[in-house]
Amino acid sequence: MRSRLGLRELAIGAVALIVVLAIPLFHRSPAFEDFVIRLSAMALFATSLNLLVGNTGMVSFGHGMFYGLGAYAFALTMQMTDLSLPVAAMLAVLVTAFAAFCVGAICVRLSTDYFAFITLAVQMLFYSVIISWQSLTGGDQGLRGGIPRREIFGFELASQLHMYQFCAIVAVLGLLALRHISASPFGQTLRMIRDNENRASFLGIVLWRARLLAFTIAGAFAGLGGVLAALFVSGAYPELADWPNSGQAIFAVMLGGINSFLGPVLGAMILLALNDVVTRITEYQGLVLGIVILAFALGLRRGVLDFLRLAWPGRSR
Amino acid sequence: MDLSALGACLTTPACVVTQTTSGLIVGMLLFLVAAGLTLIFGVLKVVNFAHGTFYMLGGYVAYSTLGATESYTLAVLSGALAMALFGVLFERALISRVYGSNVLMQLLICYAVVLIFDDLVKIVWGPEFHAMGMPAAFQVPPLFIAGGVVPPFYAVLIGIAALIAIVLGLGLSMTRFGKTVRAAAINPQMVSALGVNTTLLFAIVFAIGGGLAGLAGALAAPVRSLSPGMGFSILIESFIVTVIGGMGSIAGALVSALLIGMVRGFGTIGFPKFTDGLIYILMIAILLLRPQGLFGRRA
Repeated sequence: MRSRLGLRELAIGAVALIVVLAIPLFHRSPAFEDFVIRLSAMALFATSLNLLVGNTGMVSFGHGMFYGLGAYAFALTMQMTDLSLPVAAMLAVLVTAFAAFCVGAICVRLSTDYFAFITLAVQMLFYSVIISWQSLTGGDQGLRGGIPRREIFGFELASQLHMYQFCAIVAVLGLLALRHISASPFGQTLRMIRDNENRASFLGIVLWRARLLAFTIAGAFAGLGGVLAALFVSGAYPELADWPNSGQAIFAVMLGGINSFLGPVLGAMILLALNDVVTRITEYQGLVLGIVILAFALGLRRGVLDFLRLAWPGRSR
Repeated sequence: MDLSALGACLTTPACVVTQTTSGLIVGMLLFLVAAGLTLIFGVLKVVNFAHGTFYMLGGYVAYSTLGATESYTLAVLSGALAMALFGVLFERALISRVYGSNVLMQLLICYAVVLIFDDLVKIVWGPEFHAMGMPAAFQVPPLFIAGGVVPPFYAVLIGIAALIAIVLGLGLSMTRFGKTVRAAAINPQMVSALGVNTTLLFAIVFAIGGGLAGLAGALAAPVRSLSPGMGFSILIESFIVTVIGGMGSIAGALVSALLIGMVRGFGTIGFPKFTDGLIYILMIAILLLRPQGLFGRRA
């Protein structure tokens, strides 16, 4: 494992960003731009979950709560106040981080299986609150009325191109930040806890504190993903916080590979692309998606990037 | 929230009887599904996220059998047997391949199976809702107990489920097979070393679990309508039941299924919009105070 965020990561991030930003200059395709916007939300969501699943060995079934909370907090702030978009987004991320801190404070002491169940239960409680608190959230109809599209830094988010650029930049910055955290001494600590929590504990690491911090950070970045999702759908819907959505993130993580930083991004890409392609071909998306997932799961028995790394051990990524 | 309505109901015998009956129906059907889930987890340490699919398919098989034979007994039996067989196939063909790898791999496979069969059901039976209808023998005026309405069919359903709970409980605690299953739940290697074919045992356990879910689906079909995706909500509820009762405990599944049934029965009157929320609060409270569940062994 390399230590801190090196030049290499920054270079890869910069190149990826430049390529993504350059594509619309040569060819405008609304479908592709839509895809990148949705991918940026999903990639942040799945990668933040992998900070827990892959790095720390904490399987959270309730990560969708923070995605949904980020979306609702952001959309509500934009609708009810005159705050500018970056401030509202930051506020939404802070709210989500605080919520993750509170939920984590209750949950992180439970062992693996029970941790998974209690996160799921807390998420479903949150979902029930969204459904029943109609006056604030719009209940099962979702929060409608749109998000006021205020201009920021010359970005006019009503235009799809600007939205595309904005989401790509936020996603790359967010992923770099997550990469930095995962490569930092704190990230190493998390992996030590995953591999041998007794040893970590003997070395003087306070397990619950490290886990709580990881949970809070993961929640905050899921919230950031939720902000992008809210921008894309121009509102917030209870489905964002429902458990199938948490499932999507877990599947993205599993398909891409839990031991590779970019695994969840690749997994999110595969899931979204499959969904888009299959929807166009047949009405039976579930059938095709299910068969593809089965083929991956039984054929590789691990995520795609993890599989590739095992097949070509010389490569570090 | 409507606490006065809840209070009014609790002081009216008729309302108590009606709501208890509907709670019992929910609870007992939930028990049948959750019992299989908890049995499979207890012995194989597999959280079968495809268990709702067994329930759904059991209902649809019963529906088709009823159409072909016009016999409710055959319909229910075929639903249960077909799902027992399906359980064995599912365990042998898919789940057994990822024993030992990451638990989330099992989850991924189960999810794929759920997606595939939801769509297969749409292809075979169509996306619309199907109603199975009450058996003719039960199309009679309901019983009135203390002024509360109890359809006779409900009483029979509750009786069948209670009978199965007893058979399952006695079978696990008294018979040689039950003892082997319990031993395998604690230490499969040792059981295998003592000459028991654990591969066969695991397949049988999956057959029992699948059969119970199929039975529940078939029994529920006349009460609830059939639709693709119906396994989804029952899955999450039976999952909550097993967590509250204790993963691997049949008695725990029974108690917590009834508990949830009652929360549903009476919660709809006091908290019509927040009944689900009540159940999640219950689950969180149990996990915090007693993580291993009401009847679970401490790991």
